[in-house]
Amino acid sequence: MLAFLIRRVFQAVIVMLTVAFISFSLFRFVGDPISTMVGQDATIADRQAMARELGLDQPFIVQFWRFIAKAVQGEFGISYRVGRPVMDLIQERLPATLELAFCAAIFALVFGIFFGVYTALRRDSWLTKVVMTVSLIGVSLPTFLIGIGLIYLFSVELKWLPSFGRGETVKIGGWTTGFLTESGLKSLILPTITLGLFQMTLIMRLVRSEMLEVLRTDYIKFARARGLSDRAVHFGHALKNTLIPVITIMGIKLGALVAFAIITETVFQWPGVGFLFISSVQSVDVPMMASYLLLVALFFVIVNLTVDLAYFAVDPRLRISAVATRG
Amino acid sequence: MGDALLEVKDLVVEFKTRRGALRAVDGVSFALKPGEVLGLVGESGAGKSLTGAAVIGLLEPPGHIAAGSVTLGGERIDTLPREAMRKVRGKRIGMVFQDPLTSLNPLYTVGEQLTETIRTHLPVNQAEARQRAIDLLNDVGIPAASRRLDSYPHEFSGGMRQRVVIALALAAEPEVVIADEPTTALDVSVQAQIISVLKNLCTEKGTAVILVTHDMGVIAETADRVAVMYAGRIVEIGPVRDVIKQPVHPYTMGLMGSIPDPQGGAERLVQIPGAMPRLNAIPVGCAFNPRCQMAIDRCRVERPTMRRIGATDVACHVAGPAETTP
Repeated sequence: MLAFLIRRVFQAVIVMLTVAFISFSLFRFVGDPISTMVGQDATIADRQAMARELGLDQPFIVQFWRFIAKAVQGEFGISYRVGRPVMDLIQERLPATLELAFCAAIFALVFGIFFGVYTALRRDSWLTKVVMTVSLIGVSLPTFLIGIGLIYLFSVELKWLPSFGRGETVKIGGWTTGFLTESGLKSLILPTITLGLFQMTLIMRLVRSEMLEVLRTDYIKFARARGLSDRAVHFGHALKNTLIPVITIMGIKLGALVAFAIITETVFQWPGVGFLFISSVQSVDVPMMASYLLLVALFFVIVNLTVDLAYFAVDPRLRISAVATRG
Repeated sequence: MGDALLEVKDLVVEFKTRRGALRAVDGVSFALKPGEVLGLVGESGAGKSLTGAAVIGLLEPPGHIAAGSVTLGGERIDTLPREAMRKVRGKRIGMVFQDPLTSLNPLYTVGEQLTETIRTHLPVNQAEARQRAIDLLNDVGIPAASRRLDSYPHEFSGGMRQRVVIALALAAEPEVVIADEPTTALDVSVQAQIISVLKNLCTEKGTAVILVTHDMGVIAETADRVAVMYAGRIVEIGPVRDVIKQPVHPYTMGLMGSIPDPQGGAERLVQIPGAMPRLNAIPVGCAFNPRCQMAIDRCRVERPTMRRIGATDVACHVAGPAETTP
């Protein structure tokens, strides 16, 4: 188990370095950050001074090495655009994104599993048909369209929910939360649905097909033959087996929530890191963009590691083979 | 048959399809006395497994009981509501499936599955259920039962898993156990052990058994009576010795002729020409008539009813007393 963990952490470091390298080299082609910073009437000498100050006159490898060396110490450089440390900017914005992604994940998981199980158990009910049809819409409509549609219905027409921003937030330590105020919670609803809907329908369809598969197995038939209650058969025996393959997909999908938040944050003017990233792209803020991509990569790595550990908790067959490979 | 524990009468199992209903089990009747072992034999698709599934109320839709009745201890069980029937399953009728590798839930320990079953049917606490689970594993011959209780199914061999399955089927001491091809998926060397475990335990506890199989050897060793099925119908039913030694129905005779006899020497095995009809093309009259060498005109028109010949009941117009068999 410990060897497994160490191996995975080692792999994670390589993944992070690769992502850093690719993003860092890609952003060199996005544009010249200096021209956006100094303005039209700067002299060539001004530009060279600026380039030297930022270290942009150095070869690429040297620039990358400096970036990594500082990143390891938790320093991600100064944002070209705002002129403040990238770390501070991300720290300010991260709670907004994390709270949104967290709510969207809970929304996607709870409703995805619930509807997946329901539509698998009641295959012929009218509600199943309705849910399956609506889920097709959820899969095929682009996120921004769903967001705009929700804003139109609930903000413009019904005037129930705010159409942009986080509402009032409360600051606890370095963390600003929208969970503690009414307007904060209200502001979360529409972005959460927008961000989570696609994942929810995906999880629902996955759970449904896996559940149908499991319900056909011999051990479910045998569980029925033993006279176990429907509840024990469906939720004790079938659901647990359903969740094993579902965990993998869900892990990847939940990591994607943080990455996909960019679009939702843009639609709802949500002050999170995705919104920050979009602004940075416009002004070729290389340290900002590279740090953001590293952050997203970090999320994926953490989520995948958690998924692997979740397997051990759920499937006893893996525990045995892990012991076997160790010994 | 006033002393019958389980009585199946004119059972019909149908599958609804777009082109009408397919009759997979057609008018099957038999009775089971307490502690008796009844063998159900026949080729694949003869309806023997479906008969078992119908008795325990586990037919998979679109299969359903279209006619007939199943009576357990004087009470009709085929018409029971879902929840009441669930309480019959496991408690009064147990079931053993064919493939022990897939019959157990891989995510729960053997002990968890046993205690869950026990506590579903019997009013005992966790500790008592656990003790009972250990006793059951001991009964089915699993060594170091108390230690093995916390093992997962994948840690057992196929034969051991089938023992666990039998322990699960017998967990609440049912009156009837339906064993659906319990040895087909096992190594030949293990088959005999599993059959003897099943037989001994049921004799000991007075449990009646419906043994579904296509293995006449298993039937000869284990069953008290045997019912031979063909195309969803019982063609011959009687004491196992009579049916095997002196089969009366032409199909049974063919079936017995096709079993290799170690003492029989180099004689060619008898084959029954043709194949069993598909469910949508069952012949009028006796279902066996196109393949039957003794068939007369009447067989192609009129469906034979059960007649008592010697010790067995036979559905055949032609079959005479035992002398007619060679």
